[in-house]
Amino acid sequence: MSYSIVAIGTSWGGLAALTKLLGGLPGDFSIPVVVVQHRGKDSVGMLGDLLQDATDLCVCEADDKAPLTRGMVYVAPPDYHALIEDGYVSLTIDEPVRFSRPSIDVTFTSAADTYRSGTIGVVLTGANEDGSRGLAHIAAQGGKALVQDPKSAEIPIMPSAAIKAVPGAEVLALEKLAPRLLELSQERKNARMRSAV
Amino acid sequence: MAVPIAAGPERGSDLDRQSFKPDLERIEIELLLEGIFRHYGFDFRSYAYASIRRRLWKRIEEEGLSSVSALQEKVLHDPAMMEKLLLDLSINVTAMFRDPGFYQTFREHVVPLLRTYPFIRIWHAGCSTGEEVYSMAILLREEGLYERARIYATDINEVVLQRAKAGIFPLERMQEYTDNYIRAGGKRSFSEYYTAKYGGALFDQSLTKNVVFSQHNLVTDRSFSEFNVILCRNVLIYFDKALQSKVHGLFYDSLAMFGVLVLGSKETLRFMAHEDCYQQIAPPEKIFRKVR
Repeated sequence: MSYSIVAIGTSWGGLAALTKLLGGLPGDFSIPVVVVQHRGKDSVGMLGDLLQDATDLCVCEADDKAPLTRGMVYVAPPDYHALIEDGYVSLTIDEPVRFSRPSIDVTFTSAADTYRSGTIGVVLTGANEDGSRGLAHIAAQGGKALVQDPKSAEIPIMPSAAIKAVPGAEVLALEKLAPRLLELSQERKNARMRSAV
Repeated sequence: MAVPIAAGPERGSDLDRQSFKPDLERIEIELLLEGIFRHYGFDFRSYAYASIRRRLWKRIEEEGLSSVSALQEKVLHDPAMMEKLLLDLSINVTAMFRDPGFYQTFREHVVPLLRTYPFIRIWHAGCSTGEEVYSMAILLREEGLYERARIYATDINEVVLQRAKAGIFPLERMQEYTDNYIRAGGKRSFSEYYTAKYGGALFDQSLTKNVVFSQHNLVTDRSFSEFNVILCRNVLIYFDKALQSKVHGLFYDSLAMFGVLVLGSKETLRFMAHEDCYQQIAPPEKIFRKVR
């Protein structure tokens, strides 16, 4: 079974990091990508537009029940949590988690619950510790945990917390993340007990 | 659905959450929801799976339990536990004038339509604790339409309806609500609408003069009238696609021709059987007019 989902979480400094990461992925990247970036409630649409200018992938702000398809980047809309279901995104307005909505932990955890070892989680620059619990859950389900090297991060707090929570995570400089994701997307994994269909 | 033959735990064997095989968990959750439906009559079987799983696990952890089956044992034998879980599963968090841009657009594009009606019937489906009902009442009053309007505010949950009726909201949120109100095109001073009382902000009771709060279950109950406006924002996101489609049928049947359906900002009619029956007014706001 190949990987089914790439979930990326970031906060402070995220735009520049995401621009670089997504800009390094080809338009035919074979795994759907979900991005959770902390931001203000009223920034609807803007982040998606900025990211679209940087990548060959197709970027959209996720609507409720948006089907997950390859070649797409789904940005969690401000003031909603984005949950990963089997094949689509569900939104909720449940309480913020650790002051965040969208919460990276919520998206990561749901992705790992749904796709288990077929999940890749990526934690980038940020000034809080959101994402580390979710990344630990991804790792515990047999998924792949990637973290931006804190030394290359605009704010190292978020990636450092993620490394502390997931000591086995692969730590990579920002410019190495896209090539690594590409590599993982081409790597076939042994079929596990669950088929994607 | 093919059920795979269970292998051993993928990693470790300790019975923490991480070692649960999601396929087994899914069986447990489906059994729990089936049990709740058959024993208590509440039907959560078609709720969006990832979000219901998240809410169930919050309850499981708060009770110090370790599996969905353990929760099932408690829920089926202890009605008090069912009460708790009902609140967990049915309360939707909201805010006054959430998405101010929506209210601004409603004033500009829907209010002129409503002015042409002698009497306006509005259904606020899934009103939860009422914040958005009071918001709409304020808007209608400022536009001079309140006296000829009646708002039917419904929710599955009696407890939240009681809170909605009381009209007392947390004082600490008034700053946020004031900002929202201003950006929603509010015409007065927001503080005119409430007084600090009972440790909260008590809203002007005349705002609910034309509001009927009543219990209604979108999953099982039928249409109860014909409306000019149906508001259902960020409620259907908790349902799976099949149930969303069913409820859209109910809304379609409950809406007068040229009536207006309002959804949350990230909800869509795409892939719904009734998609072609509506025209979107003033995108990107999710305000649709029934045209056929």
